[in-house]
Amino acid sequence: MSVLKAENLTKKVTSPEGMLTIVDNVSLDIAAAESVAIVGASGAGKSTLLALLAGLDTPSSGRITLAGADLTALDEDGRARLRAERVGFVFQSFHLVPSLTALENVMLPLELAARRDARAAALETLGRVGLAQRTGHYPRQLSGGEQQRVAIARAFVTRPAVLFADEPTGNLDTHTGERIVSLLFDLNAQSHTTLVLVTHDRNVAARCGRILQMDSGLLR
Amino acid sequence: MNAFAIALRTLLREWKSGELGVLVLAITVAVAALTGVGFLVDRISIAVDNQAGEVLAADLVLESAQSIDDHAMREAQSRGLQFSSKTGLLSVVFNGDASQLTALRAVSAGYPLRGKVTVSNEPFGAATPADGIPARGEVWPESRLAAAIGASVGSELSIGAGKFRVSRILVSRPDQGATFVELAPALLMNDGDLAGTQLVQPGSRLTRSLLFAGPRDAVKSFADWLKTHKKESERLLDVDETAPQIKSAIDRSGRFLSLASLVAVLLCSIAVAMAARRYVQRHLDSVALMKTLGATRAFTLTVSLTQLILVGVIAAVLGSVLGFGAQEWLVIALKGLLKGDLPPPGLAPLGIGFLTAVAVLGGFALPPLLQLSRTPALRVLRRDVGPPAPLVILAFGPAVLAIGFLIYWVLRDVGMFVAFVLGLAAFVVIVAGAGWLLVRLTKRLRGGVGVSWRYGLANLGRRRTESVVQLTAFAHGIMVLLLLAVVRNDLLNDWRRSLPADTPNFFFINIPPDQNQEFAQFLKDRGAERARVLPMVRARMTHINGKPIDDIRFATPRGKEFANRDQNITWAETLGRDNEITEGRWFTPADTGKPLVSVSTEYMKELNLKLGDTLQFDIAGDVRTATIASVRKVKWDSFQPNFFLMFAPGLLEGAQGTWMTAAHMDARNPKTIADLVRRFPSVSVFNVDDLLRQVRSVIDKALAAVQSVFLFTLMAGLVVLIAAVQASREERRFESAMLRTLGANRSTVLKGLLAEFAALGVLSGTLAAAGASIAGVYVAKRVLQIPYTPDPWVWFYGLVGGGLLVSLAGWLATRSVVNQPPVLTLRSA
Repeated sequence: MSVLKAENLTKKVTSPEGMLTIVDNVSLDIAAAESVAIVGASGAGKSTLLALLAGLDTPSSGRITLAGADLTALDEDGRARLRAERVGFVFQSFHLVPSLTALENVMLPLELAARRDARAAALETLGRVGLAQRTGHYPRQLSGGEQQRVAIARAFVTRPAVLFADEPTGNLDTHTGERIVSLLFDLNAQSHTTLVLVTHDRNVAARCGRILQMDSGLLR
Repeated sequence: MNAFAIALRTLLREWKSGELGVLVLAITVAVAALTGVGFLVDRISIAVDNQAGEVLAADLVLESAQSIDDHAMREAQSRGLQFSSKTGLLSVVFNGDASQLTALRAVSAGYPLRGKVTVSNEPFGAATPADGIPARGEVWPESRLAAAIGASVGSELSIGAGKFRVSRILVSRPDQGATFVELAPALLMNDGDLAGTQLVQPGSRLTRSLLFAGPRDAVKSFADWLKTHKKESERLLDVDETAPQIKSAIDRSGRFLSLASLVAVLLCSIAVAMAARRYVQRHLDSVALMKTLGATRAFTLTVSLTQLILVGVIAAVLGSVLGFGAQEWLVIALKGLLKGDLPPPGLAPLGIGFLTAVAVLGGFALPPLLQLSRTPALRVLRRDVGPPAPLVILAFGPAVLAIGFLIYWVLRDVGMFVAFVLGLAAFVVIVAGAGWLLVRLTKRLRGGVGVSWRYGLANLGRRRTESVVQLTAFAHGIMVLLLLAVVRNDLLNDWRRSLPADTPNFFFINIPPDQNQEFAQFLKDRGAERARVLPMVRARMTHINGKPIDDIRFATPRGKEFANRDQNITWAETLGRDNEITEGRWFTPADTGKPLVSVSTEYMKELNLKLGDTLQFDIAGDVRTATIASVRKVKWDSFQPNFFLMFAPGLLEGAQGTWMTAAHMDARNPKTIADLVRRFPSVSVFNVDDLLRQVRSVIDKALAAVQSVFLFTLMAGLVVLIAAVQASREERRFESAMLRTLGANRSTVLKGLLAEFAALGVLSGTLAAAGASIAGVYVAKRVLQIPYTPDPWVWFYGLVGGGLLVSLAGWLATRSVVNQPPVLTLRSA
């Protein structure tokens, strides 16, 4: 069953050199619980495609259906609500809120979705990523690997239908990166979440069920 | 979980980042500046309200410069009202050779009809209510008077031709002026003793009052009766009329002080804008992230707004507390000018505080926050993406509206609003322009100084806009303080020095016409240089060009006051050297007896008169009309007898009046004055030096209050500095780390920072000293018309004071930058 579908997706932007096509007529269909890696050189349009699929940006043309909802028909707040309910994110630079503790960072998406069990669910998920002892720490008190674990816990705590990961190991050393990727895939397998992952790393991509190659905005 | 909870949870942690602290500080200072003045004005107004019923010592007063017919008293008696009388005049009171110009109040039995007189047994002693009025032959001098002439209970005082025993010391009387101390101290005496002093002669300058009291309706109907039966020269005062007059004067002073504190509010607004901008910069990522995680725009906006409102409420409360403290300070500054203890203030000034906080935050912090909420979620993936650029009207419109609203709210007059805004804008443009040039100049200096100074000066130039804003703020605050504290004294002293040595220092009024020659001889015998002697007649203007005064609308309050008050008029054949005819011609011998009048330029302007207009006067019941034949420019600081209105000779000779003159006498010989007063008891003597000293002490106190308000301007300048340092802290921290990594030691970096702030302070001081000197020269040339050399101390205080103040504040604000080990900074960069 399809959980994420893109039809003839195009993104054009104006630049000093004229109109640039960053994503060029891309169509794809991703089934539930599938794991898909989008790979390609820098500037190939991987992150833009991810942003479009997650509803963070709007396409110039084309249509996206996420968890049964037509993303392109929703306004900014509508897309935000859909993300709150069905989408999780893991970023290269972790993106934790510096003024919130690890626990509060993980609680945040649950609280945004007005969930009453935020605290218990966040504690449980932090335990699953091995940070039960560090719940009261602020991001600046955690190492890079620990920060990314918090980010992964935050991504999974809402039990999203789709998890988007943008270069999740980009800011980590090789050893830590491998442990983070293992954690990500383990949790993905346990939760039956659909994983859409943008990466440079061939080894990481190889762990996915399907690899999509981007080149100059086109999906090969 | 809602936006409020998240806002509350993060608020305290946000505190460490600094900009919320700057916001609180800026709003606190702004609120304190306006509420400080607000609380003071409120307390004085409440004092006036509380004492309004007693301020006249009666329910109704009929006042005149001449004697009042008995018919009013008989009518009051027939209506069953209480009544009493009071005569007020100025005269010198002696205790041996010690003398003091005194406001004599001769009262009849029954006084006061409302309120209480309190007395004590020693000067400045504990007050007890008085039983009646002074008995015949006894007087009650005020403590201030007793102290000045060394009198106590039992002393014998000379007043005119009479001698009186001090039986009590007067502490207070209800009609002493509710709030402000009068210039001359008072003495209460029995009305029956007045004749014996021989102070009262036909035409003497005095005020007679009839006091009435009774049931409200009876008083009101009697007041109506009086309005139709009183003479033109008599004035009716009731409580409803007196209190608003005092309150309107207080309101005007309050508005002036509020305007002064508005400058501080404007500066704080700049600090708020700076802090808000930094808050937005720091929160772009968080907002994008929250949106990525599912937050709507309304949600993120609610979080920021809640924090903003909390900051506003905290700052408004703190500011109001600080304002209350500042107001206590103002009361101390005004001590001696305000009478007795003021009642506690009401809650209204708190409204001013909250309104200020709302206006400043709404105008300067809200637009950036609205922008923040428009940050796209995409920023989590692309750091170069920010909120779309706002419309200019949305970015600056609220700020302009907020400031416009605050200024208009203080002034409440369109003309003054436009003038103030234009003046302020011109001032800011000039000072900021000069500041910009100075900052540019520092670039040239960089080649010739050491590494620390080069680093400091380079910082000034690199953050030029911020430097100019801070420079403008400090220059303004320091300039006003220099003007009030240094230049004012210089000007006053230069003016005093510019007066010729033989400038009259004594005025003599109420010289009986038949003693005129004898008086002149007396002065001459004692070597006094005598100025011209002029007659003085009391008159009241009734019509201009046939139109009653009451039906004329005057453009200025001063014009109205000129038209309505008792006028002192004179006549003369010759024109004094200190008078210059600017229009028309002076009287010729052929004009003798013709109805012509010469009017001073000030009087012409305030009453909007022109040559050829006719003025009608009531002179003790006689009606005289005269045509304006000439306009005179009078040099008032010649200290010669001068009048707004001078009639042609031969027209007023029949009118009852006295004469006046001025003379230069050795003030160190009090015996001459004592002899003079004994010989001519009805003559009132004014020592110009004493009067000037008293006026100066009042002005000094009022200016102390103004200076205190301008301290807020300086505080606001410091807040702007802190906001600017805060905004550049990360950058500074990184620079400091880089310099230290490259081998600079801690003290080199610190010297560089100090150099930057010292340069900023010295440049502000330069601008301030230049501005204060230019203002001094302008006032000297245009207003006082005296030569004036700018005081080099102004430059010393400006440069050294500015340098020290800004260096200290800058060092306090940036020392953490230097203290942090470079490795921490570089690791987190």
